[in-house]
Amino acid sequence: MTQERQFGNTILNVENVSLSFGGVKALDSVSFDVLEGEVRAIIGPNGAGKSSMLNCINGFYKPTECTIAFKGESHHQMETHQAASMGIARTFQNIALFKGMTTLDNVMTGRNLKMKKNFLWQSLYFGPAVKEELEHREAAERVIDFLEIESIRKTVVGRLPYGLQKRVELARALAAEPEMLLLDEPMAGMNHEEKEDMCRYILDVNEQFSTTIVLIEHDMSVVMDISDRVVVLDYGEKIADGTPDEVRANQRVVDAYLGVKHD
Amino acid sequence: MEVLNTFFVAPFLDMGSDLIFLTEVIIGGMMAGIMYSLVALGFVLIYKASGVFNYAQGAMVLFAALTLVGLMERHVPLVLAIILTMGVMIGLAFLIERYMLRKLVNQAQIILFMAAIGLNFVFEGAGQIAWGSNVKKLDVGIPDKSFEFGGILLNSFDLFAACTAAILVAILALFFQKTPTGRALRAVADDHQAALAVGIPLNTIWVIVWSVAGFVALVAGIMWGGKAGVQFSLVLIALKALPVLILGGFESVPGAIIGGLLIGIFEKISEVYWGPAFGGAIEGWFAYMAALIFLMFRPQGLFGEKIIERV
Repeated sequence: MTQERQFGNTILNVENVSLSFGGVKALDSVSFDVLEGEVRAIIGPNGAGKSSMLNCINGFYKPTECTIAFKGESHHQMETHQAASMGIARTFQNIALFKGMTTLDNVMTGRNLKMKKNFLWQSLYFGPAVKEELEHREAAERVIDFLEIESIRKTVVGRLPYGLQKRVELARALAAEPEMLLLDEPMAGMNHEEKEDMCRYILDVNEQFSTTIVLIEHDMSVVMDISDRVVVLDYGEKIADGTPDEVRANQRVVDAYLGVKHD
Repeated sequence: MEVLNTFFVAPFLDMGSDLIFLTEVIIGGMMAGIMYSLVALGFVLIYKASGVFNYAQGAMVLFAALTLVGLMERHVPLVLAIILTMGVMIGLAFLIERYMLRKLVNQAQIILFMAAIGLNFVFEGAGQIAWGSNVKKLDVGIPDKSFEFGGILLNSFDLFAACTAAILVAILALFFQKTPTGRALRAVADDHQAALAVGIPLNTIWVIVWSVAGFVALVAGIMWGGKAGVQFSLVLIALKALPVLILGGFESVPGAIIGGLLIGIFEKISEVYWGPAFGGAIEGWFAYMAALIFLMFRPQGLFGEKIIERV
């Protein structure tokens, strides 16, 4: 990022998130904030607690103690349903798509929460429900066009190559028109071109829809290129927080990644 | 030679010699089969939406039928009794979700299966405690008469059951494929975690599915109960749904219907034409054998979704 970017207020503020599995402390009072419209990266060595952090934010894990404030609303613990309806969408490290369903159906599930007509109308598939379904179908098609996956609209996603599945998962998350997008290793396992495409999509989403993005990524050059600020975790603790340049210069980060010399 | 003749030649000669009788056997088989389909449908619905092999479906059929008969014995009018029974089934769906499924989210399938077996006993016990264990006659006013149509003997009750099943299936297939709720149900069946992430409320979905399964159980209970009387052995028909499911595929609503029809036809034909060669009464086990053999060639069933795992 060469030009100076302007961000809005704090959209997400997590304070003192602690989480343990049995005796293992996955997160140890981690705090950080995310500003509206920024691309925030969470990095760290394997097992540092990055994915756990995302899981706490959208309610998959219930941290023992913490406050998570999203858009000014404070919660002790999030519920998945609540997080989704407040505008948090996410993708997973090991792709969680509906493998037996088509791309279009997968994307449409992303719009489920936006459907207002009650269950009875929906099941009758009659009158207002049909109109609503068509409107949502249009929105889903827009997302599909945006991510250039028109050609696989009717393909069952279980048959798609890995890179495309990742893109479909992003499409499903985008279909919910989220205010904040949590991406768990969106580029893992991709080749160079696929990574470049993915970076472009992420930046486009950020720019065109001013969606706030929180991402976990292992590819350092990618992280340094696209993120505005970076949080570094190691063994469940926050060891650094700042712009890519600041983080790169931080001695503790260098130690965590390269190891410390013991005399 | 003698053996070859009895098993592979004589039965086919018999079939060819009296085509009207063969048609009657096939139709009889289809009528029995559609009843199996009704039970299999309940299994498919729950399997599709929660990945649970609902062993308790047979007990749910018994429970629904017992409740209906019990209410009618207390002079509740038929329509009201059906509505009340449906209310009870929906209430049970809430309880099952609240006290069974909610505690078992993300558990392995075998755990859920064990829970379903437990549920089976609860239903069996509760039904009998509440309504007694005598065989009861259920008369919902469907005429049970035989008549001839084009030289073929038909039964009006069977025809009614077949039409009911056909309508039920059409509605359910549309519901699953076309409506947003149906899509949410398929999504939950496919991946709990992903469904949660897009904000599908798992709990609501489960209540809906178990209510629908309760409704299907009620319909099956009315049909079976009307034909054979409401009695404990209704639970056992659930086992007949197993070969149907293996044939049709666990995830497929149309599969449950076609599977049911095929099993019904196989069963009757084998009983009539091959029965004597085995010394009779092969109807009971033939379906399972057929399902086993079928399993070797198409483990996912006729209509099952073949999910390709990448290695």
